[in-house]
Amino acid sequence: MTLPWAEVVEIAARSLGVAAAATFLAALVGLPLGVWLGARPRKGGLGAQVLLYAGMGLPPVVVGLVFYFLLSRSGPLGGLGLLFTPAAMVLAEAVLAFPMVAGFTLAAVRARADGVRRLVRGLGGSERQVLATLLWESRRPIVAALAAGFGAAISEVGAATIVGGDIRHHTRVLTTAVVLETRKGELESALALGAVLLGVTLVVTAILVVWGERR
Amino acid sequence: MIRARGLVRRYPGFELAVEALELPAGRFVTVIGPSGAGKSTLLRLLAGLEEPDAGAVERQGRIVFLDQDRTVLERSVLANAAFGLRLAGVRRREAERRVRPWLERVGLAGKLHQPAQLLSGGERARLALVRALATEPDVLLLDEPTQALDPGNVALVEALLREAHGLGRALVLVTHNLYQARRLGEETWFLLGGRLVEAGPSEQLFTRPEREATRAYVAGEMVY
Repeated sequence: MTLPWAEVVEIAARSLGVAAAATFLAALVGLPLGVWLGARPRKGGLGAQVLLYAGMGLPPVVVGLVFYFLLSRSGPLGGLGLLFTPAAMVLAEAVLAFPMVAGFTLAAVRARADGVRRLVRGLGGSERQVLATLLWESRRPIVAALAAGFGAAISEVGAATIVGGDIRHHTRVLTTAVVLETRKGELESALALGAVLLGVTLVVTAILVVWGERR
Repeated sequence: MIRARGLVRRYPGFELAVEALELPAGRFVTVIGPSGAGKSTLLRLLAGLEEPDAGAVERQGRIVFLDQDRTVLERSVLANAAFGLRLAGVRRREAERRVRPWLERVGLAGKLHQPAQLLSGGERARLALVRALATEPDVLLLDEPTQALDPGNVALVEALLREAHGLGRALVLVTHNLYQARRLGEETWFLLGGRLVEAGPSEQLFTRPEREATRAYVAGEMVY
């Protein structure tokens, strides 16, 4: 492998950091939204549900393109100077992870909402306690939602390339590095980077699953 | 105490309409009627779990509703039993301390830390009842708590209900078991097609019903 291990570690750490931050942002909005939509007493919010589920298939290059226009110097958010920074990659990947987190959370919560609501309200609990109970009772599928969101963020390459620019020591992440090494014909390096990507995903997912299985 | 006036609840193809109902403090009422008569709907309206399309329900005291689903949470048996008290703001240790004697009484002391999802139907029914009783409600609304239980479990549940009644709690028990309705109830309400056909002292309703539909139903005939 031609790539120094120190650089591989640096790229892997950046990938992890960007994907984790993107998943955190997606969860910050997606979890409450998913719980709220899934827990609604009367079935409704079909439009939101359709948008979320459709969003799971959002093409990363399109998201990258939109953020490119928004963050480019002449764009509405150009003044922030975020284009070709890890922050821009976090924003784009958060948009990709958001439908996963919110959509899977919605489905998980909806499956238990009626029974939990009757139980909590029947025992004299408040609607707020219904939501808190639903959140806790749905923790396992919610972990799956977070893992899906993280997976979407860490594995995408289109948006990262467009808004990050694949700049060495700055915005290069595992997926963009794999593409670069493949184009250079350095298949051994590309394969090694791919293995590191899979390993990082596996470790993070394992941590999430173990956390979710706690009683 | 619960008092309902002009209660109406409509679903597609069904309407529950009850002019007036009153559950005085400490009264044990049983509710009978064929499937689809509106018994569960009435109970949910009285509990406040559903809003009526018309009319009003006046409630006094702490009211607890026990659903026929016997929902258990993905927690231990002990945590499930303590859940009602936890909702009421009781600290975890104190809540668990208070439900332990209940769990011993219903034969679940050996399964305190077992996941509640692993319990049998009868055990779930006992757990659900303990969870409700431990909160010491003034009114307990029960939707078929002995449905599909073996005779031993039925006897245990009935004993607990009688004991709760003895402590001054008001109970409304929906049941398809007419013998149970008669032996437990001080008063019985008979619902048919979304209407309260007859309400009165249980013994009188079962032996000298005023309405022909009531007579037919308690005699085991099909009524619609």
